[in-house]
Amino acid sequence: MTPVNTLLAKELRCFMVSPVFYVVGAVFLFISGFLAHLMVVNAGQQAIRFLQLQNIYAPLNLNELVFRPIFHSLAVVLIFLLPMLTMRLFAEERKLRTMELLLTSPIGINEIISAKFMSVLLIYLGLLGLTGLTPFVLSFYSTFHWDPILTGYLGLALQGAFFLSCGVLASTLTENQIVAAFLSFGIIIVFWLLSGLGSVLGDTTLGHVISYLSFTPHYDRLVRGLLEAKDVVYYLSGTVLMLFIAHRIVDSHRWQ
Amino acid sequence: MIAVQHITKRYGAHVAIENVTFDVKKGEILGFLGPNGAGKTTTMRIITCFMPPSEGTVQVAGFDCFEHPQEVKQRIGYLPESPPLYQELTVMEFLRFVGQLKRLDPSRIPGRMAQVIEQVGLGPVQRRVIGHLSKGFRQRVGLAQALIHDPPVLILDEPTVGLDPKQIIEIRGLIRGLAGSHTLILSTHILSEATAICDRVVIIDRGRIVAEDTPAQLSSRLRRSEKMSLTVKHAPDDWHDRLSTIPGVMHVVQGTTPETSIIECELGHDLREDIAQFVVSQGVGLLELKPLSLSLEEVFLRLTQQDEQPLHAESPSPSSITPSSVGNQTQA
Repeated sequence: MTPVNTLLAKELRCFMVSPVFYVVGAVFLFISGFLAHLMVVNAGQQAIRFLQLQNIYAPLNLNELVFRPIFHSLAVVLIFLLPMLTMRLFAEERKLRTMELLLTSPIGINEIISAKFMSVLLIYLGLLGLTGLTPFVLSFYSTFHWDPILTGYLGLALQGAFFLSCGVLASTLTENQIVAAFLSFGIIIVFWLLSGLGSVLGDTTLGHVISYLSFTPHYDRLVRGLLEAKDVVYYLSGTVLMLFIAHRIVDSHRWQ
Repeated sequence: MIAVQHITKRYGAHVAIENVTFDVKKGEILGFLGPNGAGKTTTMRIITCFMPPSEGTVQVAGFDCFEHPQEVKQRIGYLPESPPLYQELTVMEFLRFVGQLKRLDPSRIPGRMAQVIEQVGLGPVQRRVIGHLSKGFRQRVGLAQALIHDPPVLILDEPTVGLDPKQIIEIRGLIRGLAGSHTLILSTHILSEATAICDRVVIIDRGRIVAEDTPAQLSSRLRRSEKMSLTVKHAPDDWHDRLSTIPGVMHVVQGTTPETSIIECELGHDLREDIAQFVVSQGVGLLELKPLSLSLEEVFLRLTQQDEQPLHAESPSPSSITPSSVGNQTQA
């Protein structure tokens, strides 16, 4: 067992006994189920209205009526839930002085960060996998296109990974878990709002650059079913950048 | 085994340790003494590669801390000031985790765990969650995690803090038992602990090494006079003046009770026989006469207060070290 696997296993073990994990998981699954229910009921009502007005059965586009709103709402939910998962990663180690154990063990800082990031990513992907129940169940009663749903899930996975890396970064900055959680809200929301700033600046080079920095346009394309390399590159490079900054911060603590 | 050379650590303008140099030979126990904030923990953190020094080099088992940190880390067991414990794991889970983290051969982990749990007396709590353990047990888990990978070098920052007297004796015995096969550095506030278990003592004050020697030699080196404590049954009023008339006696002060006197004589003269004869001839009832050696406490105080009391002052001044109280601690 390599030290990375060891640390990964320990992090997962700590999540399994932590109330935070169960609360975040329950809230996330409840909200995603509730959203799916609302959207499906809404779509059903529209179909009935259509039937009353036009007296025909219109084929419902579930991709448009159900899945796209769910993906957009879940992305917002993630902004508030994922910092709860990442807040303890480094803040707790610093508070309990266990960072000293990790940093005096034969394991590199990059390995520590990868293991911790991978642990929250696995937890998140597990939760996300459970929301797959919605399209699975709906596929028995209706027909829809699977491709936009798969790109939507890819978008959620990439967006979640990016949010988690922001959370890891925030957690390295402080000993206080609450502060870490709010810092990562702040970082993520700034990235969210950048798209607004970009559109204010309009069709200028600066406007395009700032819009590119926000995750909103990238996520929109994925949810609409457009799989483009630039969006995947955006998420992966953003995630790596955040983890790299976290690495520098952990390293700098050793010098203080 | 451990070679610390000219290390300096600065935090901005503040100098935590300055030009610290010492060696620890294989199988030796080195005691690290100093008042709070003297730089003990900083030095230990540098040796364990937790933080790099501003200047200087550290070598552990032939590996440089800066160039081969992983090799060094694998060879060191470190117990920091506050034991690094994950509250939500059980003792066994935690020790297995640390063993794996320190790259201990997986086939050796169960054996080492059993051995270490036995060594530090964690048997009754090995399946309990660390967060529910008392401070003494947590300290032992901290010690166990330092020992789990059987490292040749052990660095223990105040290993007996928070333990009850019985546990302290057990842990000291354990540490002594590790000497020979392991190289140890331990820091402590408790000076009698250093005297009891260390082969050599380094005294550090305000970031500088002020003395380095065996506990016995340190006290003899700094001794400027022979001291003894005399207790009689009935001390007359002018008893101290009478004692001062004995040839060779330099100074007489009162001990803890009026009947007890602390007598200082010239170095190298054993006046016990003369004093005994004098006391008997005076008919005051000799109860006790014993030599006082300079305790590590006194050495420590003299070295760390040398600004106020020059170390090589010619005339001995008992007021600087309150001989009565220190003298009694020595015997305790």
